[in-house]
Amino acid sequence: MVDIGLIIPETTLLVLACGVLMVDVFRSPNAPGVTFWAAVISSLLVLAQLAFYFPDGSYVAFSGQVKIDAMGAVLKAFVMVLSLLSMFYARDYFDKRGEAASEFYLLVLFATLGMVVLISAGSLLTVYLGLELLSLSLYALVALRRDSSTSAEAAMKYFILGAIASGMLLYGMSMLYGVSGTLQLDQLANAVPLIGKGRLLVVFGIVFLVVGIAFKVGVVPFHMWLPDVYQGASTPVTLFIGSAPKLAAFAMTMRLLVEGVPGLAADWQGMLMILAVLSMSLGNIVAIAQTNIKRMLAYSTIAHMGFMLLGIIAATAAGYAASMFYVIVYALMSMGAFGGIILLCNANNDADQLDDFRGLAKRSPWFGFILLVIIFSLAGIPPFAGFWAKWYVLKEIVDAGHVWLAGVGVFFSIIGAYYYLRLMKLMFFDDPTDNSELVATQDLKLVLSVNGLAIFLVGILPGALMAICVVVTLPYSG
Amino acid sequence: MSQSFPILSLCIWLPILGGLWVIFAGSRVPNSAVRKDALLISIATFVVSLLLFANFDASSSSMQFVEQRAWIQPFDIFYHIGVDGIALPLILLTTFITVLIILAGWEVITDRVNQYMGAFLILEGLMVGVFSAMDAILFYVYWEAMLIPMFLIIGIWGGPNRVYATIKFFLYTFLGSVFMLVALLYLYGQANSFNISDMHDVALSASAQKWIFIAFFLAFAVKVPMWPVHTWLPDAHVEAPTGGSVVLAAIMLKMGGYGFIRFSLPIAPDASMAFDGVMIALSLVAVVYIGFVALAQQDMKKLIAYSSISHMGFVTLGFFIGYKIFANTGNWADAAQAIEGGMVQMISHGFVSGALFLCIGVLYDRVHSREISDYGGVVNVMPTFAAFMMLFVMANAGLPGTSGFVGEFLVLMGAFKASFWIAFLAATTMILGAAYTLWMYKRVMFGVVTSSAVEALSDLNMREAWILGILAAAVLFFGVYPDPLLNMMHVSVEQLVEHIAQSKIN
Repeated sequence: MVDIGLIIPETTLLVLACGVLMVDVFRSPNAPGVTFWAAVISSLLVLAQLAFYFPDGSYVAFSGQVKIDAMGAVLKAFVMVLSLLSMFYARDYFDKRGEAASEFYLLVLFATLGMVVLISAGSLLTVYLGLELLSLSLYALVALRRDSSTSAEAAMKYFILGAIASGMLLYGMSMLYGVSGTLQLDQLANAVPLIGKGRLLVVFGIVFLVVGIAFKVGVVPFHMWLPDVYQGASTPVTLFIGSAPKLAAFAMTMRLLVEGVPGLAADWQGMLMILAVLSMSLGNIVAIAQTNIKRMLAYSTIAHMGFMLLGIIAATAAGYAASMFYVIVYALMSMGAFGGIILLCNANNDADQLDDFRGLAKRSPWFGFILLVIIFSLAGIPPFAGFWAKWYVLKEIVDAGHVWLAGVGVFFSIIGAYYYLRLMKLMFFDDPTDNSELVATQDLKLVLSVNGLAIFLVGILPGALMAICVVVTLPYSG
Repeated sequence: MSQSFPILSLCIWLPILGGLWVIFAGSRVPNSAVRKDALLISIATFVVSLLLFANFDASSSSMQFVEQRAWIQPFDIFYHIGVDGIALPLILLTTFITVLIILAGWEVITDRVNQYMGAFLILEGLMVGVFSAMDAILFYVYWEAMLIPMFLIIGIWGGPNRVYATIKFFLYTFLGSVFMLVALLYLYGQANSFNISDMHDVALSASAQKWIFIAFFLAFAVKVPMWPVHTWLPDAHVEAPTGGSVVLAAIMLKMGGYGFIRFSLPIAPDASMAFDGVMIALSLVAVVYIGFVALAQQDMKKLIAYSSISHMGFVTLGFFIGYKIFANTGNWADAAQAIEGGMVQMISHGFVSGALFLCIGVLYDRVHSREISDYGGVVNVMPTFAAFMMLFVMANAGLPGTSGFVGEFLVLMGAFKASFWIAFLAATTMILGAAYTLWMYKRVMFGVVTSSAVEALSDLNMREAWILGILAAAVLFFGVYPDPLLNMMHVSVEQLVEHIAQSKIN
């Protein structure tokens, strides 16, 4: 009874998601909005529960399968908020494009459930369970555009590569289990240092864990799926994939590496360093060559996730806090950028080319301003949130003594600034090719404005969110 | 007036919030109302900054008008501002020049007027913020945030090649600044505080100082700009609208110089001493080589841009020659004189280069060409304008009696105390500066009127005459009587010199 009390939000989400599924089955065909509102209300309820049952400490439940702690609760709350926002973005898009897609809201709910389970994972099995629920929902989401061949191709690619990555992850988990005899993360952490002869096998296992993580986070050289999926999926799906699942991937890294094998930090630090440097370089450089904005943002994601890893590489509680701050801010910015694409698209134009952004500031000064905030924030220019994300990670990596990594990070940020500036140029300096009025519902305008202003606000007063990240990662101070 | 009233904050936030207001409220009202509002806000800010001047105690070297509030509590980052005798003149220059910039864009800018005016006001607030920040992170935020309005100003209202110029400007400056950020974060690790004065006091090893110096050098040398990282400046100047050129030349370049004396010299004095030969050499290259480059220009704006680089070479020379002077004379007071010379040069250059860009703007608005060869005989049709420009050209050449002379003279005097050859090379600027500016003046102003465009020119209108008149008064005033300026900064510079005279290696 005590155990079930700890996972009330997760259970509620499961029940409600199934309920929404039934609603969608039995609703009148003329009222697709019913599913949407049911999904929104479900998310709000779960969010309220997360706030109400906020854990005052760290608890383990179900024989160590589940771990409930403050970091998890905060991440789960942000995942819920981001999923909720993506539903609002999606609604406007589907209305404009005439695509009926009430499945979207359902799949988002199930993906969110997967993320929430993943974040609460206390053992290798739960990690895998959450990850698979999340991934399968995402594969289906990518394939949602049934009549589009690029969509089908993207889904296929995503599925095959994702399956391989899952296999790798399982393989790594089996090695760890074979050597330590436990699936539970905290026991694993205690068992690993005692292993004498099998140490090589453990390191080998970690290599496979890192591969699985790298695929989910989307860092070089396990990034191949990202550009195709981002481009092929319909924009709201990309928007969703680019936001909340990044938080889940961060949680997965924390659970597996930091909680599972903290004793081997020196080993995974080295691996992550290679991944981070490769991601920042390749992501930023290749993004310059893109003409499709979704592809460009995909490469930008790769670069950002590489940067985010720097905080974890620092391997201090403060470093984890920095990464957490980064990933939350990144999810908000990425959502805003894709929101911009949704703002621009209309019945005949998907607005996924860079050129579609031409003259946005003239067509709508207000959304020019909002997109300015989002793009400069992505580039890491103060006073916007993206700057503080970079600043925080840099600070911790310098504190941990890796000044050269900070140098590499800022160097590639400069290269990265170029393609963001090019986008700014299109929006502000060029004349619009399409002078038509922006078609967007009040909902979308409101959500996008709130999204942009939130980035601005966190940029002016980043202290509160930083403090939250610091507090919830304190237990990792070792 | 009580110290508790936040005059300095008002000086930063009045233009920023006013600028935002002009942008968002200005889209619904006629352009004339937008212009008036912007002018009112800029004048109000200037008046507030005069209050700073009036209440400033020049006999104290400590920071004044200090405000400190917790900003980002987990990391002890404070909203911590204050001014000393080094920052105050630059703040006054900023608020003063902004008023003129708003006036200069009065009839010229017709496209998106509210955004233009708003961008300059926000820029003003951010620049005052840079000069008054006492917390390193606050400084960095202002420093970088400034790029955004400037990027837009060049990119939206600039010339035909504006996109290239503005992206180059942005990336160059960004390149320098991010390494400064890494240095600041490293310093935080050492000093355990983001307070700039704590950073001044922290002990650092020789090698750490060298790396820090290099990181700061990248940031500030790009901004000054020093040879060989100056190439963004001519492009940015040529493409920027007149107001943008003025703010670049008159204020933004000064931030590089300010950074050198606020960060590089006091935080890494041993490295500054170790690298002073390089810094002097780079400054002399700027003075001499860029002087020759200026001589060869066909485009007036480019010519003044190169002249700016050359003059800023004098500033960095004044800042970094101190160690050589001390080695020669054993007297730090002489070093202080050279630094003061550099400071005066910065202020004077702010007036003179700003005025020259405004003069070119006056011509450009009428003829829409910046090529020297398109003009000739302008004095015949614009006599008042020719008289004003004569004064500014002379000041640019460093004629005694103008503000341009004072700074150059002080730096040269210091240079002579350090080494004859440094002084000899630096002094060539007197000849070169006279050569390129006067030759340009001759080609533009004198001779017979050859083109019909020149023949149709009308002389200054009231607005232009007022702008140039005010600047002319400032140039003459500080040329004849630089004491108020020198008094303001003297004690602060002395304290700075005391600081940089001490080794930080232990």
